Amino acid sequence: MSGMLKNALGWMDDRFPLSKVWNEHLAEYYAPKNFNWMYYFGSLAMLVLVNQIITGIFLTIHYKPDAKLAFDSVEYIMRDVDWGWLIRYMHSTGASAFFVVVYLHMFRGLIYGSFKKPRELVWIFGMIIYVALMAEAFMGYLLPWGQMSYWGAQVIVSLFGAIPYVGEDLALWLRGDYVISDATLNRFFAFHVIAIPLVLVILVFMHIVALHAVGSNNPEGIEIKKHKDAKGIPLDGIPFHPYYSVKDLVGVAVFLFIFALIIFYMPEMGGYFLEHANFVPANPLKTPDHIAPVWYFTPFYAVLRAVPDKFLGVVAMAGAIIVLFLLPWLDRGVNKSIRYRGPVFKAAIVAFVISFVGLGYFGMQPVSPVGTFFSRLFSIVYFAFFLLMPWYSNLMQDKYVPERVEEK
Amino acid sequence: MSDHVVDKRRRLFLTASATAVTGVGAAYVAVPFLASMMPSDRAKAAGAPVEADISKLEEGQLIRVEWRGKPVWILKRSNDVLAQIAADTEKLRDPDSNESEQPESCKNVGRSINPEVFLAVGICTHLGCSPTFRPEVAPEDLGPDWKGGFFCPCHGSLFDYSGRVYSGVPAPLNLVVPPHKYLTDTRILIGGQA
Repeated sequence: MSGMLKNALGWMDDRFPLSKVWNEHLAEYYAPKNFNWMYYFGSLAMLVLVNQIITGIFLTIHYKPDAKLAFDSVEYIMRDVDWGWLIRYMHSTGASAFFVVVYLHMFRGLIYGSFKKPRELVWIFGMIIYVALMAEAFMGYLLPWGQMSYWGAQVIVSLFGAIPYVGEDLALWLRGDYVISDATLNRFFAFHVIAIPLVLVILVFMHIVALHAVGSNNPEGIEIKKHKDAKGIPLDGIPFHPYYSVKDLVGVAVFLFIFALIIFYMPEMGGYFLEHANFVPANPLKTPDHIAPVWYFTPFYAVLRAVPDKFLGVVAMAGAIIVLFLLPWLDRGVNKSIRYRGPVFKAAIVAFVISFVGLGYFGMQPVSPVGTFFSRLFSIVYFAFFLLMPWYSNLMQDKYVPERVEEK
Repeated sequence: MSDHVVDKRRRLFLTASATAVTGVGAAYVAVPFLASMMPSDRAKAAGAPVEADISKLEEGQLIRVEWRGKPVWILKRSNDVLAQIAADTEKLRDPDSNESEQPESCKNVGRSINPEVFLAVGICTHLGCSPTFRPEVAPEDLGPDWKGGFFCPCHGSLFDYSGRVYSGVPAPLNLVVPPHKYLTDTRILIGGQA
């Protein structure tokens, strides 16, 4: 029997590099042996992507991308389609879970210096994934055609209108109408279900190919490729499969436990995952009294609101995302991992986390003088964290970084 | 073949010209796809004028009419309000509406044909939310200086009873006054030629 399988594999390998790909990326891909729990989020992001694609396909079976029918078709899925509510909640909770996982994944990269040379492109591809993911989430949020869908899209598309000269025409081109309308809904559906998911899958592929070319970083920030044995295998590396594939399964179990808990008991998350105003059909004549984007956009939304000028507000908001792309060149620290980076960088990380979470909080709140004050303060801290990095990132770093991953 | 000499200049020329011609072709092919995303003929035709009846509109009341998918407000203002908008102009960004959009007939303090009846497209000039009508004086959330007007809940822009934007808020311009004309004293045609 095993002889037959071997023959089949040989037949396959002569025509398609199955064993080669398996070995290069799994069985003989050597990852550092000291990954901690922060390294779960990459594989979890892939899991959520698969969840979104599968549940998404089943939602399109019943959903109607038509301004007259969309809202009702979502309610139809929730009430009349067998298990429709589960599939829809898996999709809507999956969107928020995607951002939770991706933010933690990015934070991991930030503190362990995983974006630093030679992994700049891994970071850049990851950032493009993040931006594509924001576009995907934004367009998906229009589809239920609720009040928040409608007015959220109105605000975000209007952002493009703030660009000098071409802005208004660009916004018109994106909407396909003079206001958010059926034309907009129909095209957002097309982008949401096919265009951006395709881009996302290709980008994830590139992200992983780039990662496997340079090798994974680790919590010590040590290059394991510096010390190899006679066969060229890193001394501090272990094969991804079975070591990390099995370890990641434990992460998957914990994740699914929490994920299921949310889907079954708090799918709306008190208005943070599915906003209350979105249970009212879109009404072009009235904006809800309080509109805020879904939680994963609120830090950038707070930056936008902090600036009392239309164009500069949009510039600041775009800038808050663009600086993230520049991170590999802004950080001049010699040591990679936060474990060896000294008090200045550690303090900066703490200030950054506080400002990012603070912006996220105030981005959800209605406009108020206190909110505006803190949004401005946190925006300044946010930008200072990145833009001053070339000067502070190398201060007071540890002199000694171990050569090898040491047994503890 | 082995004694064949490669003419690198010819090869470069062929490569470059093939690339350039392909690029031009690709750009031409992109045009119909990009153009297909602009508003269709049906969407362009949908902007027909609408008629509003204001015979039942009372002082201080605001009604909403849908025109081109946008809310158009019709507000009846009292003499007190008219006196106030004529007097309080120092905190406004564009008090004379020089940069803002309105028909010629409405380029005055009240931004209206008939001073009492104010029409505006109820879409904030910042990012397109529909501001809320806030006639109450000095409410808690808007502060003691608030004399009534419109407040955009999205980003906190403030407008007076003439839809004129206050300075220090994100909206850059006054609210748009749509082209309109009176068919009779109580019937207004919104859209079309003013």
